[in-house]
Amino acid sequence: MMTEFLIKCALAGAFLGMVLNLAGLLTWVERKQSAVMQDRLGANRAHVVFPKWLFPLNWLVWLPNQLGLFHSLADAVKMFVKEDFIPEGADKTLHTLAPMISVVFALCAFATIPFGDVWNVGGRAVNLQIADVNAGILFTFAMLSLGVYGVILAGFSSNNNYAYLGGMRAASQMLSYEITMGVSIMGIVLCYGTLSMQDIVRAQGGYWFGWLPAWGIFIQPLAFFLFMTAALAETKRVPFDLPEGESEIVGYFVEYSGMKFGMFFLTDLVETVLVACLMTTFFLGGWQVPYLHPDGFHFPWGATIAVPHGVVIFLGVFSFMTKVAMFNWLFMAIRWTLPRFRYDQLMHLGWKILFPASLANVLVTSIVVVWRS
Amino acid sequence: MSKTKVMKRKDLTWWENTYLPTLFQGLYITSRHFFRNFFVQTMNLFGLMKNTAGSVTYQYPEQRRPIAKRARTRHRLTQRPDGTPRCVACMMCETVCPARCINIVAGEHPDPNVEKYPVSFDLDLGMCVYCGYCVEVCPEDAIRMDTHYMETASYSRKAMQLDILTLLNAPVNRAEQDIPFTPDALTPGSR
Repeated sequence: MMTEFLIKCALAGAFLGMVLNLAGLLTWVERKQSAVMQDRLGANRAHVVFPKWLFPLNWLVWLPNQLGLFHSLADAVKMFVKEDFIPEGADKTLHTLAPMISVVFALCAFATIPFGDVWNVGGRAVNLQIADVNAGILFTFAMLSLGVYGVILAGFSSNNNYAYLGGMRAASQMLSYEITMGVSIMGIVLCYGTLSMQDIVRAQGGYWFGWLPAWGIFIQPLAFFLFMTAALAETKRVPFDLPEGESEIVGYFVEYSGMKFGMFFLTDLVETVLVACLMTTFFLGGWQVPYLHPDGFHFPWGATIAVPHGVVIFLGVFSFMTKVAMFNWLFMAIRWTLPRFRYDQLMHLGWKILFPASLANVLVTSIVVVWRS
Repeated sequence: MSKTKVMKRKDLTWWENTYLPTLFQGLYITSRHFFRNFFVQTMNLFGLMKNTAGSVTYQYPEQRRPIAKRARTRHRLTQRPDGTPRCVACMMCETVCPARCINIVAGEHPDPNVEKYPVSFDLDLGMCVYCGYCVEVCPEDAIRMDTHYMETASYSRKAMQLDILTLLNAPVNRAEQDIPFTPDALTPGSR
């Protein structure tokens, strides 16, 4: 019992550690990728320099210095030492609680995401997933929906009309797009007939015509686009950043400073990672590597390469991470390509285009599923 | 009465209304820039492909923008072959200066052909408007604005007031070490 508990703790530590580090790194990626896309160099002036007699360390930090990696560290230090300001007339409890709610629920949603296959190590079968809930999709979506509370409370408790309006915008936007998100994923659930994420990933291990991996993106291409759009709206990033609108339409966290603001900032990036993980799990086969079976590679042209069990598991986790990183790159590219929607355009897109399309997708999928069974 | 041509605004088609074509066009353009610059910048980081620029950034204290040769920058006083100022203290520049930033005190020069020389030549960069009238008006070519020094910012007004020694001894004429200016020097990829 105790060992089981410790294994789960270690899994949670490893996965959430990876997620938080990735989210921290995304602050750097955001700066650097936007710079490279816009023919600039990006932030590269935060240097760490050791005294002369520690010269090997100086060699070690040469590349991070050149790339500006220490800007994230400098940011973190800044967040921690800034004044934590609570405006007059604000609800102190809720004002403090709101960013914590946002972060906690965003991190909880990772619990059911499988990042690897079952690993047989030391006579034990370790499922590389924090919690194998058999209704994992419902759990993750519930946590994602609860995240809106943090945003609303932040707007509500700040005693500021602009923050309040920002909170209201966030609430209506997130509720609108949550419906599309939930309905569009129903197509995947119908196809694989399960709500457990690990089972969905395992079901994507098959092949069509003997060579095309049976990933969700090939079975449900429309749902892929619908889910991606809705999920991007959930993360409140640029084409859909009406709740924040940093520069012109003041957002829900105007009255936040220091680490509390940092938590909202972190929530944004953690949600980006979460959405990338969900996209990977549902549409790109999670930890599946094309043509990799538990005993090795079986290529469609007949060649086989035997691979030991540990390496197979490692390749699976690596493939999951690669896909997540790729989606993060895509989200950043979209974020620095598209301008922000107007509010009526946002509602038009959500209710008149995405929602009917996702309903139609579910209808057609159910007909096909029933007709084939 | 002239006819007005009515331009009909084109309605978006169904396909355009899905936002997908514009999304992919935009992504294509930004990703093209991203991958090209990413490759070039990585190469530059390891000292390869030095003649291709992955960005339009000038990393200021180390790199400078090319400046045109004729750009008006900080003043200097030119010297005679023996090192004394060419200035004959005729007060032309002081008179023409619209900002009244030049203040000359004249003294008698031992050579009767020269007649006068500046005992002191004070120039306040905090007041100067860089109009270049002093250079134009000078009959002796004694003052020029070609040093290419532009960093006049300082912590006090006092530090911006230059005296004759500073003006005479502009350490190196930076114009000669600058990157040569060409009309397309400011476009990316040409450095």
